[in-house]
Amino acid sequence: MVLSKTASESDVSIHSTFASRYVRTSLPRFKMPDNSIPKEAAYQIINDELMLDGNPRLNLASFVTTWMEPECDKLMMASINKNYVDMDEYPVTTELQNRCVNMIAHLFNAPLGDSEAAVGVGTVGSSEAIMLAGLAFKRRWQNKMKAEGKPCDKPNIVTGANVQVCWEKFARYFEVELKEVKLSDGYYVMDPVKAVDMVDENTICVAAILGSTLNGEFEDVKLLNDLLVEKNKQTGWDTPIHVDAASGGFIAPFIYPELEWDFRLPLVKSINVSGHKYGLVYAGIGWVIWRSKEDLPEELIFHINYLGADQPTFTLNFSKGSSQVIAQYYQLIRLGYEGYRNVMENCRENMIVLREGLEKTGRFNIVSKDNGVPLVAFSLKDNSQHNEFEVSDMLRRFGWIVPAYTMPPDAQHVTVLRVVIREDFSRTFAERLVIDIERVLHELDTLPARISAKFGLDCEEIKSNGSSNGVVTVKKTTLETQREITTAWKKFVMDRKKTNGVC
Amino acid sequence: MQSEWITDRRDAFCGRLVAVDGKKLKPSVGSHFLVGPLISKCTYRPACTERSVSSQKSIIINWIDSSPKLLICTSFSTSLISVEVSNLEREIERQRVGKMVVTTTIADSGENLCCTFASRYVRTSLPRFKMPESSIPKDAAYQIINDELMLDGNPRLNLASFVSTWMEPECDKLIMSSINKNYVDMDEYPVTTELQNRCVNMIANLFHAPVGDGETAVGVSTVGSSEAIMLAGLAFKRKWQNKRKAEGKPYDKPNIVTGANVQVCWEKFARYFEVELKEVKLKEGYYVMDPVKAVEMVDENTICVAAILGSTLTGEFEDVKLLNELLTKKNKETGGDTPIHVDAASGGFIAPFLYPELDWDFRLPLVKSINVSGHKYGLVYPGIGWVVWRTKDDLPEELIFHINYLGADQPTFTLNFSKGASQIIAQYYQLIRLGFEGYKRVMVNCMENAKALKEGLEKTGRFDIVSKDVGVPLVAFSHKDSSNYSVFDISENLRRFGWIVPAYTMPADAERIAVLRVVIREDFSRSLAERLISDVEKVLKDLDALPARVSGKVAHVTATVEETVNAEIGGNAVVKKDVKAIEEEITSHWKRFVDRKKMNGVC
Repeated sequence: MVLSKTASESDVSIHSTFASRYVRTSLPRFKMPDNSIPKEAAYQIINDELMLDGNPRLNLASFVTTWMEPECDKLMMASINKNYVDMDEYPVTTELQNRCVNMIAHLFNAPLGDSEAAVGVGTVGSSEAIMLAGLAFKRRWQNKMKAEGKPCDKPNIVTGANVQVCWEKFARYFEVELKEVKLSDGYYVMDPVKAVDMVDENTICVAAILGSTLNGEFEDVKLLNDLLVEKNKQTGWDTPIHVDAASGGFIAPFIYPELEWDFRLPLVKSINVSGHKYGLVYAGIGWVIWRSKEDLPEELIFHINYLGADQPTFTLNFSKGSSQVIAQYYQLIRLGYEGYRNVMENCRENMIVLREGLEKTGRFNIVSKDNGVPLVAFSLKDNSQHNEFEVSDMLRRFGWIVPAYTMPPDAQHVTVLRVVIREDFSRTFAERLVIDIERVLHELDTLPARISAKFGLDCEEIKSNGSSNGVVTVKKTTLETQREITTAWKKFVMDRKKTNGVC
Repeated sequence: MQSEWITDRRDAFCGRLVAVDGKKLKPSVGSHFLVGPLISKCTYRPACTERSVSSQKSIIINWIDSSPKLLICTSFSTSLISVEVSNLEREIERQRVGKMVVTTTIADSGENLCCTFASRYVRTSLPRFKMPESSIPKDAAYQIINDELMLDGNPRLNLASFVSTWMEPECDKLIMSSINKNYVDMDEYPVTTELQNRCVNMIANLFHAPVGDGETAVGVSTVGSSEAIMLAGLAFKRKWQNKRKAEGKPYDKPNIVTGANVQVCWEKFARYFEVELKEVKLKEGYYVMDPVKAVEMVDENTICVAAILGSTLTGEFEDVKLLNELLTKKNKETGGDTPIHVDAASGGFIAPFLYPELDWDFRLPLVKSINVSGHKYGLVYPGIGWVVWRTKDDLPEELIFHINYLGADQPTFTLNFSKGASQIIAQYYQLIRLGFEGYKRVMVNCMENAKALKEGLEKTGRFDIVSKDVGVPLVAFSHKDSSNYSVFDISENLRRFGWIVPAYTMPADAERIAVLRVVIREDFSRSLAERLISDVEKVLKDLDALPARVSGKVAHVTATVEETVNAEIGGNAVVKKDVKAIEEEITSHWKRFVDRKKMNGVC
């Protein structure tokens, strides 16, 4: 058998991949195949199937970095087989991580002495960072309540309703009640006054967002701090603040250095930031920094005798690649303060170009603010004929991935389109996108409007259904819309008997 | 003309302009020239500011960081200019940003002339704890980081870790081309999501999950087994809580039963999610969980028993089948339904190929979830794990997040959110590229090489092999005679040859045993195994020639002390004696050492 295998393998190497039998037979999708296939064929099959994925560079839905310099790609590829947790074996990688933590802590004005090392860790992303920070707050609160002999089984956390889903996840998995400050029309961030009102004895922390996911706005952390200081004084509690600076953490220090949102405010005890957003590294890196050692309960830190060395760790993950950490260090020293500021300023400039272009069409309301994370969130002025989901769908034909989504409860009748301006979104792209949006609008105008009336009804339904089963309805609606769009298109094509290239 | 700007401070600074190309600096009024990486353009003007003295010249300089500084020349000769810099107001900086673009280009072109090692970047030390103020060229940044990383151990020679360090170049290509894909954007990258689902199904199938036709398996990809274990543990905890709530019983004291040989992430799970960890103690010569003892420890608050397929310490498989039988019996007696989780982080991709008859997976009815590390014997680079549940019912619906994220409904159950998609694609590559046949061959090779290494080590006659033949392909061995030097010394000495072989002590109740562990990975070939044996022999020879390490000796003696104290209460006298004995022994060792008058280089 071995002999015949060898023979067949040499046979295989003669053929070009597309002349081999592997592209002809379908691969088992749910069971592991019994036999091996040549590596070229495996590569080709997977590579070709992946062509059907969206192009990450044209994915305007995501903050996550999709481009890095080739030099950095080289570094990443060279260290892709290094396991980040083997700190004893890879001391330099560990050292680079510590340098990143310190640089970021200094950037956030952590009150560190001259030779004092900052307290923080690299994580897989802001989700892990937030869970670690939340866990630290929870444990600290529990210890405090236990010391006072009070019950510690009903912790809660106060946030705006605009938080990213990972806060909800943290609340549900770690059994903390999530108290959300409701949004209102035209005000899509947490209102500090309302938030402080909701704080009670069982509040482990208030989470403020620097760069709301929905419209990029910065929440007023300073006001929150001031109000909370007063409340703490009155009640004798010491409710701390966490700043979720996942997207804004690498923006505010560079283009709004005067804005006080970080450790300059005394109640801010921890901050998380996504290295893979405006930290300009590929997906898979986040950071969480604590103000001081005291803010991170010692009992959560694991000192382990793992394979020969004492390793203090505080993570939810263990083994992971170390390339992202190295890439983050590359960006920090390569760009420096100056480079990051230039990148952020460019993003901001391009954001303004895009915003102005969209305003000029006269068809959109701009929901995002100029100050904040460089993104443009916009909704149709008149969505009685066509809605934002249709615009989003039609833009896909041009290759653009521009998401449309509804705002959270209490503002959910507003649907917005959101374009994130990343480092690699150039001026040309911005101009091109405006042109394509105009084209889409033009085409939509020629479409029958019957669909959208129906959709409007559905929107009403969502509103009356409330938030609990809202998601399900949305899903239905999207599906329905898609079906209806298809039928509308069919009709459109048959009526006019004219097809254009894109169809 | 190229010049260097030498300085140590950025604000209010004093420095020199030095011509490096041999030409003399002869600035005339209004002339401008390149002056190195920091300053791109200088314009000399006659003295015109109030701060300058009449004989001095002032220079307006555009920095590449776009903030113009006013430089006042304090002394001037053909090759040396001392200047002072005063910061202009922020407002002026902003107004002049427009000029920046041009000057940056000039600076870059100036820099491109230098080879990286001829530039000033390799000369100045980078700030380690603060972000540098200004940018540096990408090639310099690359070179600096790359060079520093040379001091890291070589991952391929790291025999401490199960984690894959080699993949085929074709797969590297796939990984690199998808490195900028975010796994959570399922709507944008539907194929990647589909590949993940296929992997889950293939793995569930491999583990004999009772999945009907047309049904899909329940499982997710994770960053590693730690996340997988936390998710599985969370599911057990929530299920148990729900059951207790429904029965009206208290649900605030959950516990989990494992062996003391579990990986640290179980402890982490227990501490972070507030579950008590009940560890079955180990004993000498038996380094895995004893199913009988484990079942004894189970009570009504036990959310699950975790068995390990491939103990981290010795690679041994725990007897899941026996555990299942005993637990079934106990469940029947007590009316409970304590389930089993199998932590197959390292063994999950070994048992199905090498020991297909071994019952450890979903064939056993009480096994409700299994986790496996894709980055161990799944043969993918670090950053991928899998957890698979038996059926949908074993994963409480309330833990699953259905989110309306950026336009699509996404059911997710993860602790992480954004992460790269390349590892998932790499896992799919390996599964279809290798197939059952390929994985089996890789595992057989690993076992063969493990055997070769084991025999080689046995032949030296100096080691006790602690690992078993059946299990994960690793060789754990302890030194027969550790009176003169310990396994830690051997481990340290092996580093000189480039090998990273960890030495560690066993967990509580067997902690007297210290072992060396060599993990046999796919890329650890026979020739490397033979090379390692000869290097170990060399190290032993070197160490034999040395006097016993003081520290090693003391550690050894302390262990004895502890024992004696435990045995007899009147141990004080014994301790004293021991200390004396140590002193004597050390002296005699040193004497011997000096007498021999022979030293080798390492000392």
